[in-house]
Amino acid sequence: MAPGSASSPSPSFPASRPWAAVGAMAAAAAAGPSPGSRPGDSPEGPEGEAPERRRKAHGMLKLYYGLSEGEAAGRPAGPDPLDPTDLNGAHFDPEVYLDKLRRECPLAQLMDSETDMVRQIRALDSDMQTLVYENYNKFISATDTIRKMKNDFRKMEDEMDRLATNMAVITDFSARISATLQDRHERITKLAGVHALLRKLQFLFELPSRLTKCVELGAYGQAVRYQGRAQAVLQQYQHLPSFRAIQDDCQVITARLAQQLRQRFREGGSGAPEQAECVELLLALGEPAEELCEEFLAHARGRLEEELRSLEAELGPSPPAPDVLEFTDHGGSGFVGGLCQVAAAYQELFAAQGPAGAERLAAFARELGSRYFALVERRLAQEQGGGDNSLLVRALDRFHRRLRAPGALLAAAGLAEAATEIVERVARERLGHHLQGLRAAFLGCLTDVRQALAAPRVAGKEGPGLAELLANVASSILSHIKASLAAVHLFTAKEVSFSNKPYFRGEFCSQGVREGLIVGFIRSMCQTAQSFCDSPGEKGGATPPALLLLLSRLCLDYETATISYILTLTDEQFLVQVGLLYEEGVRKAQSSDSSKRTFSVYSSSRQQGRYAPSYTPSAPMDTNLLSNIQKLFSERIDVFSPVEFNKVSVLTGIIKISLKTLLECVRLRTFGRFGLQQVQVDCHFLQLYLWRFVADEELVHLLLDEVVASAALRCPDPVPMEPSVVEVICERG
Amino acid sequence: MEDDAPVIYGLEFQARALTPQTAETDAIRFLVGTQSLKYDNQIHIIDFDDENNIINKNVLLHQAGEIWHISASPADRGVLATCYNRTSDSKVLTCAAVWRMPKELESGSHESPDDSSSTAQTLELLCHLDNTAHSNMACVVWEPMGDGKKIISLADNHILLWDLQESSSQAVLASSASLGGKGQLKFTSGRWSPHHNCTQVATANDTTLRGWDTRSMSQIYCIENAHGQLVRDLDFNPNKQYYLASCGDDCKVKFWDTRNVTEPVKTLEEHSHWVWNVRYNHSHDQLVLTGSSDSRVILSNMVSISSEPFGHLVDDDDISDQEDHRSEEKSKEPLQDNVIATYEEHEDSVYAVDWSSADPWLFASLSYDGRLVINRVPRALKYHILL
Repeated sequence: MAPGSASSPSPSFPASRPWAAVGAMAAAAAAGPSPGSRPGDSPEGPEGEAPERRRKAHGMLKLYYGLSEGEAAGRPAGPDPLDPTDLNGAHFDPEVYLDKLRRECPLAQLMDSETDMVRQIRALDSDMQTLVYENYNKFISATDTIRKMKNDFRKMEDEMDRLATNMAVITDFSARISATLQDRHERITKLAGVHALLRKLQFLFELPSRLTKCVELGAYGQAVRYQGRAQAVLQQYQHLPSFRAIQDDCQVITARLAQQLRQRFREGGSGAPEQAECVELLLALGEPAEELCEEFLAHARGRLEEELRSLEAELGPSPPAPDVLEFTDHGGSGFVGGLCQVAAAYQELFAAQGPAGAERLAAFARELGSRYFALVERRLAQEQGGGDNSLLVRALDRFHRRLRAPGALLAAAGLAEAATEIVERVARERLGHHLQGLRAAFLGCLTDVRQALAAPRVAGKEGPGLAELLANVASSILSHIKASLAAVHLFTAKEVSFSNKPYFRGEFCSQGVREGLIVGFIRSMCQTAQSFCDSPGEKGGATPPALLLLLSRLCLDYETATISYILTLTDEQFLVQVGLLYEEGVRKAQSSDSSKRTFSVYSSSRQQGRYAPSYTPSAPMDTNLLSNIQKLFSERIDVFSPVEFNKVSVLTGIIKISLKTLLECVRLRTFGRFGLQQVQVDCHFLQLYLWRFVADEELVHLLLDEVVASAALRCPDPVPMEPSVVEVICERG
Repeated sequence: MEDDAPVIYGLEFQARALTPQTAETDAIRFLVGTQSLKYDNQIHIIDFDDENNIINKNVLLHQAGEIWHISASPADRGVLATCYNRTSDSKVLTCAAVWRMPKELESGSHESPDDSSSTAQTLELLCHLDNTAHSNMACVVWEPMGDGKKIISLADNHILLWDLQESSSQAVLASSASLGGKGQLKFTSGRWSPHHNCTQVATANDTTLRGWDTRSMSQIYCIENAHGQLVRDLDFNPNKQYYLASCGDDCKVKFWDTRNVTEPVKTLEEHSHWVWNVRYNHSHDQLVLTGSSDSRVILSNMVSISSEPFGHLVDDDDISDQEDHRSEEKSKEPLQDNVIATYEEHEDSVYAVDWSSADPWLFASLSYDGRLVINRVPRALKYHILL
């Protein structure tokens, strides 16, 4: 690239000059008129050149020197592209430029620029020459090639002419051949049409016999298909007598066919799938769907009612009734299975019936289902007296599980909900039953005690002591309660299909078992005891004082310990299951000896660092150095950070919030010496016990450290307690 | 942008009192009071040189006791009031007093820090704001935009209005009111409304916010259970007369319209621990600053309830049509309340935040470990609000 703007190729000289040189050389080298002679046109003088041609040449030169148009334009030195004295400008005017030079520059500078310009021109000329030489050979060979191409094309033209005449001849022949064949072609087409028609007619004429044969053979499907195919044609041509006869025949046969199908359908012995096929064929024969629906359902009803009857028979008064598990099994496989099949077939066959059809099915299922439920409830009611919960729960489980399938199929009929309701009702009744049982047991115990007390003393033989009686009563009641709890607990076992229903997860545990059964029993105990106290005057048969004494002791025991024990037991079995469902959560490795750490309020070095004897004024960033450094290495504690749903995470959250609150409260107070020591002891105590509840015990340490440090700061007279003393105090507790 | 980096300054004592020098409108200056039970407490006068990002400070001795609250007179640059603890005979009393700083410090003399250490100057006591009847001052607030003659102090369950006379050297109890009711009621915080001719004061006690008329010293409104737990602080919207913000131990910041005390206009729940401080920007009330003991300072943009909910209305006629069009478009952008920035330079609980009285885009926050951080509103937002 030429240095500076002055040396860049530009029309800073009369534009004709370089072209003149090129033209001369080209003229000397070129042989004859050829594309190479193009540059030779240029030396017509500057006046003759069109401005755009000059621009083009200018552009080519620029291109050659690798100076892009944009670069030239975007030159920072060129402020005005219209300036006629700008050597590189598009509007450069040599006269103006020369004028300007002559007027503005001293002689020496003029000379300099002249020599400079001459040198540039010379350099440009030589460049141009080289360029032309380099390209000259290419021009020559291009001319040769073009000449050769001209010859070749002339030859090709002749051949193309010949080809065209040949093609014309061929077209002619082809046209003649088609003309001669035209006649025959038409005749063949007609014949083919007649043939097809005849075959169709033959099919029609043979149709009655074919249908008859199909019906005889029992190939109902085939018959229906034939009938379907012929129906439309027969309908269309029924005004012709011959076709009419065929149609009449067909109708007779079809009617017979339909009759047979219905017969089969009604007989129904062959099971649901074949029935479904019958219905399908009948539908294809154009039988009214409504009627078929009704009939189908009526038929299904018959079968299902039979199932119900057999169930009822099992239920009947005859003593050898099967156990409840077997009963629900029968019901499940017989009735519920049948209902499933019916529903599936119905939905498949009568899908076209739309919502009305579905509604009909739902009503059907609802009605039969309610009858089934009534039966099941009657059977379950028979169980109420019995004591075996496990069998009952298993039966209920089967019953409930079995009804889930039709539940999905017949969502509208609400069978699953009804089943769940039944199970819930049974569970409630069981709770009531157990409560009765507990009450009875309690009263039984009391009767025993009364008898023991009233029993005549045999001389020399000491009656059982009151303490012994009391222990007997207490243990027997407790064992009864435990047995009831265990029995009831079966309802919430994880593998039972209804245990995840909301009722069994919530209300059953809290309201039913805890409040209804346990608390209810304790209440009734109290009432009974109360009634013993209240009644003595009325009945005459006064309550023996020993019994009252025993009852009072029993109640006292219950008040102090037993009730809370029983409730805890209940809670553990029923309510705290949430805790068992969630995992423990992850805990960072905990050092078992963490409790050995004692709080030293602050080490002596830290104290000195913080409170230099004569304080220096605050210089930014060098204060609280130690505590700041300490904080630098401990992570920021997010107090109210989100928790995961596990025990440890929740507890960690609670402990963090509590300790942070403690910290903030400590900072708002001023402590005396003993106040500080109390905080010290409290924190050590907390540290001994809190670490086992948190995910990261380091967190507890940090927060407790901060509490103690803050308390020390908030104390005008900080004399910390000896760590050993703190330990002793805490361990004594 | 490096200009937006926070500037941090450390005190060697614990501190929880911070105020801008209210009467100063040219220089950015904050006052910080320290808390130390064992050494003489100080008031640091912190000058921030906005252009060079340099902090200059002067230290004044406050020998009366540790400072729990500080507020500067709105009229006189040299006057300030503090609430401080005095311990005597193992009893702690919280008192309040009005002080004057040495004349040469009023406008921040730029001594080098080393020199000032030797000549730590002392505040001149003007008057005490307590008498034997009332103690345990929770806070002191000056009448905003007033002549610095009226001041209110909250002591236990009393609200006391003082008149400062004879160039503040004498405080006369003008009127007072007290909170009746069961239990030990105690004011935690109070603010003087700049609206209604400065006749309203709002206070916080326990979970309740109350408004008072200073002329009759009677209660004018009461927001019961404003927060689930203790209310820590409140502030009035400087541009909308019925709006105020409150914050408390339930980690929430709530915005109230005092004409409807049944429920808040808006609730923010961004902090993860008690919120100790809430401050409206003095000029652009959509900018709300909160400081919390989760060590964070949060700057929120509450456009929807601010006095300029749709940005500045385009009322300048001289801007060209093109610009007009553009700014109209801008105002159509959906404006949403959001958190602008969370500043996490603190490592301890932040007990005080406040805006500079001189530069509306600059604020300071103070954490218990004595770290003062000066921050700016993000530049992009500033231009968004201004343009």
